[in-house]
Amino acid sequence: MAVDDTTRTDRTTERVLGSPALRREGRAKVTGTARYAAEHTPPDCAYGWPVAAAVPHGSVTGVDAADAMALPGALAVLTHENAPRLGEPDDPTLHLLQTPRVPHRGWYVALAVGETLQTAREMAQAVRVSYDEEPHDVRLTDDHPGLYHPEQANGGYPGDRETGDFDAEYAAAPHRLDLTYTLSPLHNHPMEPHAATAVWEGGHLIAYDSSQGATPVSETLATMFGLDPKQITVVAEHVGGGFGSKGTPRPPVVLAAMGAKHTSRPVKVMLPRRELPSVVGHRAPTIQRLRIGARDDGTLAALGHEVTTHTSTVKEFVEQAAVPSRVMYGADGIRTGHRVVALDVPTPSWMRAPGDASGMYALECAMDEVATALDLDPIELRLRNIPEREPDSGKPFSSHHLADCLREGARRFGWERRDPRPGTRRDGDLLLGTGVAASTYPVLVAPSTASVQALRADGSGPAYHVRVNATDIGTGARTVLAQIAADQLGVPLDAVRIDVGSSDLPTAPLAGGSSGTASWGWAVHKACRELRESGGSIVTVDTTTDVQAQEEYARHAFGAVFAEVSADAFTGEVRVRRLLGVFAAGRILNARTARSQFIGGMTMGLGMALTEHSSLDTRLGGFVEKDLAGYHVPTHADVPDIDAHWIEEHDPHLNPVGGKGIGEIGIVGTPAAIANAVHHATGRRHRQLPLTPDLVVPR
Amino acid sequence: MIPQRTATSSTLTLHVNDTAHTVTVDHRATLLDVLREQLDLTGSKKGCDHGQCGACTVLLEGRRANSCLLLAVAHDGAHLTTVEGLGDEERPHPLQQAFHERDAFQCGYCTPGQIVSGVGMLCEAAEGHPSHATRREELQRATGAPAELDRDEIRERMSGNLCRCGAYPHIVEAIEDVREHVGGGTDHASRRTEEVTA
Ligand code: FES
Ligand code: FES
Repeated sequence: MAVDDTTRTDRTTERVLGSPALRREGRAKVTGTARYAAEHTPPDCAYGWPVAAAVPHGSVTGVDAADAMALPGALAVLTHENAPRLGEPDDPTLHLLQTPRVPHRGWYVALAVGETLQTAREMAQAVRVSYDEEPHDVRLTDDHPGLYHPEQANGGYPGDRETGDFDAEYAAAPHRLDLTYTLSPLHNHPMEPHAATAVWEGGHLIAYDSSQGATPVSETLATMFGLDPKQITVVAEHVGGGFGSKGTPRPPVVLAAMGAKHTSRPVKVMLPRRELPSVVGHRAPTIQRLRIGARDDGTLAALGHEVTTHTSTVKEFVEQAAVPSRVMYGADGIRTGHRVVALDVPTPSWMRAPGDASGMYALECAMDEVATALDLDPIELRLRNIPEREPDSGKPFSSHHLADCLREGARRFGWERRDPRPGTRRDGDLLLGTGVAASTYPVLVAPSTASVQALRADGSGPAYHVRVNATDIGTGARTVLAQIAADQLGVPLDAVRIDVGSSDLPTAPLAGGSSGTASWGWAVHKACRELRESGGSIVTVDTTTDVQAQEEYARHAFGAVFAEVSADAFTGEVRVRRLLGVFAAGRILNARTARSQFIGGMTMGLGMALTEHSSLDTRLGGFVEKDLAGYHVPTHADVPDIDAHWIEEHDPHLNPVGGKGIGEIGIVGTPAAIANAVHHATGRRHRQLPLTPDLVVPR
Repeated sequence: MIPQRTATSSTLTLHVNDTAHTVTVDHRATLLDVLREQLDLTGSKKGCDHGQCGACTVLLEGRRANSCLLLAVAHDGAHLTTVEGLGDEERPHPLQQAFHERDAFQCGYCTPGQIVSGVGMLCEAAEGHPSHATRREELQRATGAPAELDRDEIRERMSGNLCRCGAYPHIVEAIEDVREHVGGGTDHASRRTEEVTA
């Protein structure tokens, strides 16, 4: 990677905040001493292995556990008939082993508990479940009779919106494009499979859980097990990634707590990799119709973005893929909407940049098609359509630096040398192309609490102790929150001790929606400022009123991604040669860990563009691509040097820490940038991902 | 030693990071599960349990191996190095240090496997083993000469280790930082030589 000016500047500044501080838990992670959820083994720990439904839809008519219980070391088989009764959680996907209903293949119908991992596994295989199978339907089509317009899409956005008169503007536009883009389901697949260990100590439940938020997990368990949240401790000290799939409580913690209650033993449950797609959410497939009406100068008269997607019969989750079209470009008529059908499929949920990753793929490819149709440079086309205010809400932007990202990216990438004609550059058998796409992600923030205590001032150890139930899922939250505290307290970084990752700490929202650092950081900032100003010894704060008092602005991070690809003229194999992202995401609080997050997001975008694909088995139900052999995440050899840069953005209308959130925006523009580069290389548009050889090879 | 056997378990000795552990293992247990659940060496991670991700990589007699694919019972007397054996928090291995400084990880779950794999890979390269990315001219040179490790070579040789956080570019940088210092002369390679000659 090129040496980055930003890092160099940051290294020489005095400020703790913004400096490229090393990760606090880094040593523990590189030497293998950092313990994840499944790595706490209390004395006398038993093992739980779930049994997944083997039919695509129906109900359980009987469970014969005799063979399983006859195995040496068998402890229990929990089913809907004998499992502890649970209170109803807000999320029905957690209401496990309570009814015989099987909403989709892979839904958990039993839990085997044995003395060892091997015994539990063999028991699970020996449990004989009989079913009453019912017809199933897992096929999403854009004319499915079950489609309806949901009131809301994920994130609380209205399902359908219209500003201006889309139909009239579109009909009158001199250039009209009507394009449909299709995306398959996608899987989060964090490297640490979901796992939990539960121990009941008297009436107190301790759970080590692989989760993006221990506070919501403890609240959910309290509801389900009829406890006061004070009777529950959920620990999520180190979490092996989540990408949204651990943002809500997941089956392992519920199963482990049930198993432990039933057997009066600590119980550890680790989900097999192959079962994750069925029970931890997925990015829902989308069929996206983009209708764009453009004038001769490239300005948009009409923008229509209509999304068709699926949810499960368990709960409604609507991938908000049309929402970015409410933000990005000014058009006189904008229609955005969602239709969804409940199928017999696993329940979709959050996957890194829900809505934006899918929606911006379609919108940014469509913009590229407009540029080609009008013979305009794709950057110039975007610059001409940047709106004054957020088109849908009419609110002013708190800050908006998309144009700067595009220009800075173009400069770094060498865009001005580009020949716009597609399919004209060759390197032997390889066709070469370059592409660009914009990125966006909303700025989200939630109320949080935090405390700070002044310790001894004699220099014999940390001078301050910060406590907040933040979760470090790999973002470097511990480190950046300590930086925020040190900056406010005016002390060096090592004067701050920080504890995160337990529900016994001051309550805090989950690590999700790129909102963690802003939410927790706001509370840490406030606590440290109050301690400094009061000169007291301990302060605990709550930012609820501060968050509610925020002014009315449209707050978004923006970015621009540039890609250079080669496409083999004979095999259709696409390789990314260069990937560059330039982002405007408010204040960057730690240059080192921020760069890792941008690069990581872009890498996942590369996977979405070229390798990641899933499908539902129409005959058997459930997903076909279940594990890492069938579902291809990018590996070393797929990923070139990736350059991530940012623009120093000072936005006075954010939280006091000044960051916009960086965990998700990296994925957003990358698939479209790569897809547009493939078109530039080969001259063909595919309008679906991933761009695998079978699709790209000339026919 | 001759393993003590029952129908479903055997007692055997594993030499892990230069410590001999005599353990009774279930015949169905993988080396990875014995390390994690019985010896409490949880540095080796379980990402897939199917040989698809590399998170469980250990050095077995100095060679990289996916410990989730090996049955413990078949490894009586084996010498293993796990991430815990490379270095500790006070004295990390140069590659562990380089991973930390390069921020070559985020969640850290693939990291022990990446680091152990990196150490094993550098030894393989030092011994002259080629890879798919090795250039033809290189292949035609005398065998046994250390392989040149450019970025493509490192990427190819590390491709058995997945990282969902996308730390790949930084992992390559970390390996580049130490490629001169880690390799033919490491403990693992020399230990294997000793055993072969003993
Ligand atoms: S856990 Fe062994 S290769 Fe994935
Ligand atoms: S650091 Fe998270 S999977 Fe590699």
